[in-house]
Amino acid sequence: MSTENMNLTLKVWRQTDNKAQGNLVDYKVSDVSPDMSFLEMFDVLNEDLITKGDDPIVFDHDCREGICGACSMYINGRPHGPKELVTTCQLHMRSFKDGDTIVVEPWRAKAFPVIKDLAVDRTAFDRIIAAGGFISVNTGNAQDANAIPIPKSQSDAAFEAAACIACGACVATCKNASAMLFTSAKISQLALLPQGQPERYRRAQSMVAQMDAEGFGNCTNTGACEAECPKGISLENIARMNRDFYHAKFVSEEEV
Amino acid sequence: MASFGNAFSSSIGKKLIMGITGLFLILFLIVHVFINSLIFFNDGGQTFNQGAEFMAHNWIIRAGEIVLFVGLLAHIYQGLRLVFENRAARPVKYAAYNGSANSKWYSRSMGLLGTLLLIFLIVHLSDFWVVSRFTGIPTEDALGKEDLFAVMVDKFQNLGIVILYVLAMVSLAYHLLHGFASAFQTLGWNHKKYSPIIRAFGFWYSIIISVLFALMPVAIYTGIIK
Repeated sequence: MSTENMNLTLKVWRQTDNKAQGNLVDYKVSDVSPDMSFLEMFDVLNEDLITKGDDPIVFDHDCREGICGACSMYINGRPHGPKELVTTCQLHMRSFKDGDTIVVEPWRAKAFPVIKDLAVDRTAFDRIIAAGGFISVNTGNAQDANAIPIPKSQSDAAFEAAACIACGACVATCKNASAMLFTSAKISQLALLPQGQPERYRRAQSMVAQMDAEGFGNCTNTGACEAECPKGISLENIARMNRDFYHAKFVSEEEV
Repeated sequence: MASFGNAFSSSIGKKLIMGITGLFLILFLIVHVFINSLIFFNDGGQTFNQGAEFMAHNWIIRAGEIVLFVGLLAHIYQGLRLVFENRAARPVKYAAYNGSANSKWYSRSMGLLGTLLLIFLIVHLSDFWVVSRFTGIPTEDALGKEDLFAVMVDKFQNLGIVILYVLAMVSLAYHLLHGFASAFQTLGWNHKKYSPIIRAFGFWYSIIISVLFALMPVAIYTGIIK
């Protein structure tokens, strides 16, 4: 924890495109304010690189307030860096010390190919959603509030699952590069609410099948995903997905 | 016609096979540790030999043994397959990976611990199971029972074998520490009321089973049990 400006050494993964061989490149960043966010520190470094005529480092970012799920840096061996329940944009340089060496890598998974430098292609998540992460009814106008009574505990659990921003930290940190926490959150947010019931088991089957087809690994219940998730998505969702999947396969007579 | 489709070949189905066979092996270990603990009567192995002879000749037990081997082989096959598939899911490794920040080392090392246990099992089965079922137990005890206890005493005079068995039980303890609770999570049994009980039971189960097994070669080598 630093209150003074810092001089840091960054080891950043540089890779020109998906086909190219990448490698870690050392950069010195000096006079870094502790109040900067991690991404702002990268902005400063990139300005510097551009001034020197170098290629700036490509990284994903958008809202910079922890709700969009775009930022995705693997910092010193952990997704979104050393703090819990924050995304990289919410990580501040006061979490580091003067003289630190920080290793920054992209998410690593077969299903998340590197586009350039620190940016990876996360459209595999979009295809999992497209496989069934929705309800197929015309919703029409917004209903009156509380027209469908839902128990508080149920709506809370659905809301907690819906907090998933699909950043991919769960896949990045999982030693198996498994996407089960993400997929289970997207299944749970609908499985817990009345509107999600008609397609509940069909949805679980289709989304799990798509997750497998994308080449993510298999879950071995290490719990790393839950510990690193910036939104605190719980392993309870994976258990719920498992139950829905078993129901679909062993109880339901319908085959998808 | 509806079928089970990819129920067992999907990622969740593969977990299910690991979980169910794992729980089955956990049940087996209870029987195994119970029979073997009969040596702690310290009566020259008489009670133990009675138990062992019953296990060796009761046809229900012998039929169960076949199911046990099928379960064990399924657990080994599926486990190894998962290790290779999961490695392939991350072709480029991280330069810096801080796994200890978010998970227990043994939960990340189930493949390694399981492989150590597999090597131990090959030694262990040839030490006792092959002798008991195929090559024959050479001597009888005072009651005319097959003296499996004498085979045990003979094996555990060798310090190397005793150390191998104790180290294997350390692997078993860590394998179970993750495996027990993990199997219930896989089955979908994650519940605010039951999960803490399952975790606590799993912890004590892992410790007690492994310590009891490890005590056997140690007690025989040191001559406490004879």
